[in-house]
Formats: sequence, structure tokens, C-alpha cells
Amino acid sequence: MLSRTADNLYWLARYMERADFLSRAIEASRRLASLPKTYGGVESEWDSVLLSSGSAESFAASGRPLEEEHVIEYLTFAADNPGSIRNCLYLARTNARAVRTALTVEMWEAINGAFLEMQSFENRRKTTSKEELTHFLEFVKRTSLSYDGGAYRTMLRNDAYWFSRLGLFIERADNTARLLDVKYHVLLPEKESIGGSLDYFQWSALLRAVSAHNAYHWVYRTSMKPWLVADLLILRPEMPRSLISCYESIVRNLDLLARAHSRQGPAQRQARKLHNQLQNLTMENVFQNGLHEFVSNFIVENNQLGLLISEQYLF
Amino acid sequence: MLQFDEMMGANGQPRVAYQNLSQWLNSVDAQWLSSRREQAELLFRRIGITFAVYGSQEATERLIPFDVLPRIISRNEWERLERGLIQRVTALNLFLKDIYGDGQIIKAGIIPADLIYRNPGFCSEMFGRRPPHDVYVHISGVDIVRTDDQNFYVLEDNARTPSGVSYMLENREVMMRLFPELFSLHRVAPIEDYPNELLATLRSVSPPHAAGEPVIALMTPGQYNSAFYEHSFLADKLGIELVEGRDLFVRDDIVYMRTTEGPRRVDVIYRRIDDDFLDPLVFRADSALGVAGLMGAYQAGNVTLANAVGTGVADDKATYTYMPEIIRFYLGEAPILLNVPTYRCREADALTYVLEHLSELVVKEVNGSGGYGMLVGPHASKAQIEEFRLKLRANPDNFIAQPTLALSTCPISVAQGIAPRHVDLRPFVLHGAKNVRVVPGGLTRVAMTENSLVVNSSQGGGTKDTWVIDDVLTEIRPTIS
Repeated sequence: MLSRTADNLYWLARYMERADFLSRAIEASRRLASLPKTYGGVESEWDSVLLSSGSAESFAASGRPLEEEHVIEYLTFAADNPGSIRNCLYLARTNARAVRTALTVEMWEAINGAFLEMQSFENRRKTTSKEELTHFLEFVKRTSLSYDGGAYRTMLRNDAYWFSRLGLFIERADNTARLLDVKYHVLLPEKESIGGSLDYFQWSALLRAVSAHNAYHWVYRTSMKPWLVADLLILRPEMPRSLISCYESIVRNLDLLARAHSRQGPAQRQARKLHNQLQNLTMENVFQNGLHEFVSNFIVENNQLGLLISEQYLF
Repeated sequence: MLQFDEMMGANGQPRVAYQNLSQWLNSVDAQWLSSRREQAELLFRRIGITFAVYGSQEATERLIPFDVLPRIISRNEWERLERGLIQRVTALNLFLKDIYGDGQIIKAGIIPADLIYRNPGFCSEMFGRRPPHDVYVHISGVDIVRTDDQNFYVLEDNARTPSGVSYMLENREVMMRLFPELFSLHRVAPIEDYPNELLATLRSVSPPHAAGEPVIALMTPGQYNSAFYEHSFLADKLGIELVEGRDLFVRDDIVYMRTTEGPRRVDVIYRRIDDDFLDPLVFRADSALGVAGLMGAYQAGNVTLANAVGTGVADDKATYTYMPEIIRFYLGEAPILLNVPTYRCREADALTYVLEHLSELVVKEVNGSGGYGMLVGPHASKAQIEEFRLKLRANPDNFIAQPTLALSTCPISVAQGIAPRHVDLRPFVLHGAKNVRVVPGGLTRVAMTENSLVVNSSQGGGTKDTWVIDDVLTEIRPTIS
């Protein structure tokens, strides 16, 4: 397939995944910020969302005050934030439009329909309530579900599909890792005794941001423990947003590509290296060597894989 | 001027082809029809059939207005039209082969040499070269109008990169979704095989080295081009790559596309980009849309371009006036489709006549298109007429003039019910290595405002589905809500 098409599909998938993550992160933060201070409701919550979405610096530079209303506006509709949900959907559609031929009708209609609906949300948002924001976030999640479902159910299983899956999982691994990077301090084992149950709300917000709140109980069948939350998001293969699960999928899709092209390259090697590391890791290792160090390093390595894919497939 | 309405006869009764539609229209109410109109618009938006309007900031993607009433042509009429189209495009192709070769038509004194060789559409790089299978005009969209129940006039032979075929196809799809009951009342000839026919045409003209399985690509100027939707639509239907200039490169006179598996050789390019932008080494050096070296590969016979380079000389308005002679010269037949009588302002007598009758005539630039740069005498102000008089005197060669035709009208659905509006028709003709074919129908363009004659989408014109139906009258069913 055309390299440009592969590039567009890869980024299309990344933008859709990012929009989905942002909407979940905003929802989780709203919950947390609305709690009384004694339950962990902290002002800095909005700072964390900005950090985990990688837009803290640009937000500060935009001169907006660090208040709920402004942060939400910045993350949802702000035209000047390249990573706002609006811009993610806009860029997703631009990429989709450039590769209409590589998308199925269902995928295109999901993206184009969402783009049109987003414009109507955008046009009426000045006069709207918090309830309207809930509707909007629901809509974004629904969009990524129908886009993803469209891809899963209708796309041919060829390189177009593999590139778009790669985009999705690399973005997802990045999002989960950034979330951990921002929140690592509430997950350290000693926190349990220090913060006591008050941190429960922090942990549960974190799980909600990656739609894993119910999953936790199904996996561990015990009350919330910070190291188990970290374990779920990093090492549990059955958790679809864990780093290891993302890498399982990345390795599989890169291998399918390699087989079709009869060529293993640096991207395949990098992915396999990271996957091996995750497989050989225990949470004890992670905490001994520092959760924060582990996560920051992972973000760098994951980005590196993105670059290698670009180089190898001539984006 | 008496106007010919395609539905209603002079006696106030519907014509045979329109009897079922007319009866059906009496049975539905205007409000219901309006709701269908809105549904159609919603469908078009969702599918994303939009076009870009150049120079308009606020609405970069716009819908072409769509009218929900079909335009109907009987099979009898269509068969004559089809014969005429095939005849005309066959002649156009022979004409191009001749003027880029021996130039017999010039030697025979039928067309003045300077009209060909000094024509801006003439491409000297093509002189003495023959494209694969001697096909120049693979795809054309011939603009046709009617003035009565007998005659079809050709307004323009679009032989460069005509667009609109995606609207023809999508209009039909939307109509089938919205009005299944109307289809059950008619035997409508299908058009959905157009992509298949187009693919067969493109495959048939591949260069000799790729006779087996040619790699075909559709080349677009990119997603900001006004017809981008159509480009992606066609590439998808044909199952071929949609490439931009930056996806292609030329090495040793061979064209490749950049793929994830490395370079892949391309054999046939259906290009939807103008001659001028194809190759910065040969044409416009500032073109970022083209591919350096593409003309070299083309001249070496390693790639087929459809349409061929240099077809613009055949569809300009000056050559147009010679079409009846061109058809007689190459085919020895009388033209089936008529030319609109045209005054060539380059000829002194004609110029004098035109200058005296500006307020009655339509004056067009020889190389203009899209309804720009023309004067519609009867609708123009004094100042506009005087402005054109100066232009004409300064450069008469650049203009032709035609009487204003009483274009036929068709009913469209409006807020108050139905009303007649002027229409034209663009059928699409495919010329392959072995045969010439036309799918039954075409794009009907309609001037949405009352009395307007301008149907161009860039100026607010709309479209309709076009039905070729069997003449046999089917039994109409009693009522439809």
C-alpha cells in the first residue's frame, strides 16, 4: 500500500484513541474534583489531567487560569490546543478523508458523522450546562466505539488494518503510561499506610480514566490496593489497556506486516524487546527500581518505536 | 421565447415518458416531498459528497443542491443520443491522432493551421508521438441541451478531466433509498456498472509491457481540490490506489509509487490533474502537484495517461465550431448531435454581427469554463455589455458567440410544490482500445433559481438523477401516501 496511506491510517487511529482517552480522563477528573477536600478532592486534579494529556505546557502558555472551566474548555473544544478533543476528531477526519479508499463505508460514516455532530456540539456549547458536557463526553466515547467496531467488523485483514491497529495500540500504551507517570505517587506501596483509604478515590479515578474500574474487582477480587492498580495497568495481559496487552498486540500486528512484506526490521525488534521486558518483569522489580523511572523510560521507548515504524515504512 | 418542458406537453398533458411520474406527483403532498428533500441532504452530508468552492473561506466544503425528482429520458431518445455521443467522441479521438500526426485535416483546408498549432491547448511535446492504442480521450463528459422534442445540441465536449460522474452514481443510490416505490413504477436502466466499465477501459489501454495485470492508479491534486470527493470515490470503486504527485517518482523513465513495501511500478494513470501541473520539468515549473519526469516516462511509452496530454485543443470553443466538419471529415457521416450555431469572432463578418447583437447573444471566452468569463446578453446590464464590447474589439480571436437557446425545463421540487427549471445533461463516454461505450444516463445539472440558465455547480447549480426508461408504459398502482 502507499506509504502515505499507511501514515494516514496510523495517525487516524492514534487521534481517535487519544480523543477517547481524553474524554475518559476528563470524566474521571470531574468526579474527583467534585469530592470534598477530605476525600481527596484537590485543586491540583486539573493540573494532572493537563499533564497526563501532554498539554500542561501549552495550557500555561495560553495564559488561561488553572480552573476547571478553562481546563475543560482547553481539552475539549479549544481550537488553539492541538491536542483538544475537537482537534483530534478534526485531524482524524482530515486523515480519513485523505484515505477514504482505505476505509470502509462504516468507518468513514462513523468519523464523518461524528465530525458533523461535534460541530453542532461546538456551536451550542456557550449556552450549555454541565449536563451537556456529559453528553459530549459520552458522544466521544460512543464515536470511538463505533469507529473501532467498524474497523474490526468490516476492514480487510491486510496491511491497512495492521497499520491502523498499530496506531491505536501505540497511542493507548502512551496514554496509559502518561497517566501512570502523573499519578505514580499515589500508587507507591507505602501510600496505603500514609494516606489510608482517602487515596481510594484517587485510585478509582485512575481506573475510571482507562475504563478499568469494574475490571479491577474481577481480576483481583479484593479491595483496592495501590500496587495492584499499578499491576493491572502495567502487567496484566487480560486488561486491554495495560502496557503488556498493548505490546502483545503491537508485536502481533508488526509480525503480520513483516510476514506480508517478507522483512523483519528495527521496528519489529524494538517491539519485541519491550514486550520481552514487560513479560520478565514483576511488580516487585518495578517498585524496587522506582515506578516513576520505569514509566518515564517506557514512554521514551514507546515513542522510539513510533519513530522506527515511520522510518521503516517510509512515512 | 417558448420553452420546451420535458414533462408537460404543449397541450398541458404529460408526455408519455413522464406519465407515471406525473401521476405519482399528484398523489403525494408537497410537505412529504420536502421532508424527503431534507433526508436527501442529510444523506449526502453523511456520505461526505461535498465539493470545495475556491476563494470562499467560510464554507470550504459545500453540498451541491440535489433535486429529488428524476429527469426522464425515453429509451428511444437515449438510443439516438448514445449513437451521437459515440460518433462524436470517435471523431474527436481521430482528430487528435491526426493533428498530433500528419495533420490531414489542416492540409485539406478544413481547419486553419494557426487555430491548432497556436491553440493554448495544443501540446507540442505530443507532436509526432502516439499514446498506447492511439486513444487520447478515454473519458469525456459531453454537455448536452435540448430545445424541443427532436433535437439534442452539444454545448461542450469536455475532453480533459471532466468531473461529475460520482454525482451521477450517488444520486441514483440516494434516490433508490428514498423512493423505492417510484422505482417500482418504472423500468430504469442501471448505471451502477460505470466503475466496472471505467476499469475495463483503463486496463485496455495499458502499455504493451503490462498487458497482463497493469497497475493502475488515480492521480489527484489532493484533498483540497474541488473534486477530491469524486477522486476518492472512484479510486475506491475501482479498487486502485489514489495517489498524489508526492507518492510517485520517476527513475529511468519508469513511474513508481512509494509503498510500504518499497517502490512499485505504475502502468496506467487515470489523472485528474491538468496538463499544466503534470510535470514541473516540462510544464509549470512551480507545480508542486506533479511528478518530475512523468512526461519523459510517458513519451518513452512506459506509462499510459488517461486522458492523454494535449486533449485540450479538441474541446476548446474555437475547435467546437468545426465539430460538424470534423465528424464528416473522419467518419464520412452526418453529425447526429447538433452544434449550437456559433459565430467565430475571429472572422470579420461574424465579429461585426456579434458586436451589433450583443444584447441577444451569449459570448464566451474560447478557453473559459465553469460559467466564468461569459456574457449572457439578454440578462446583462448595459455596463457589462460595453465592457465585453471592448474586450471583443481588443482580442476577437479569444471569443465566440452563440444565440441564447431556449433550454428545456424539468420539474423540480420547491417549497411551494413543483416548478420548472432549466437543465442540461452530461453523459460520460468511455473510449477504450477496442470500443466506445456510454452508460445509460448521465449527470443532469439544473439551474435552481427561476429563469436562470447557469447550471454550473460552482455558481449554485444543482443536480438530479437521470433515468433512461423503457418506452413501454407500466401499469400505475392506485395511490401512494
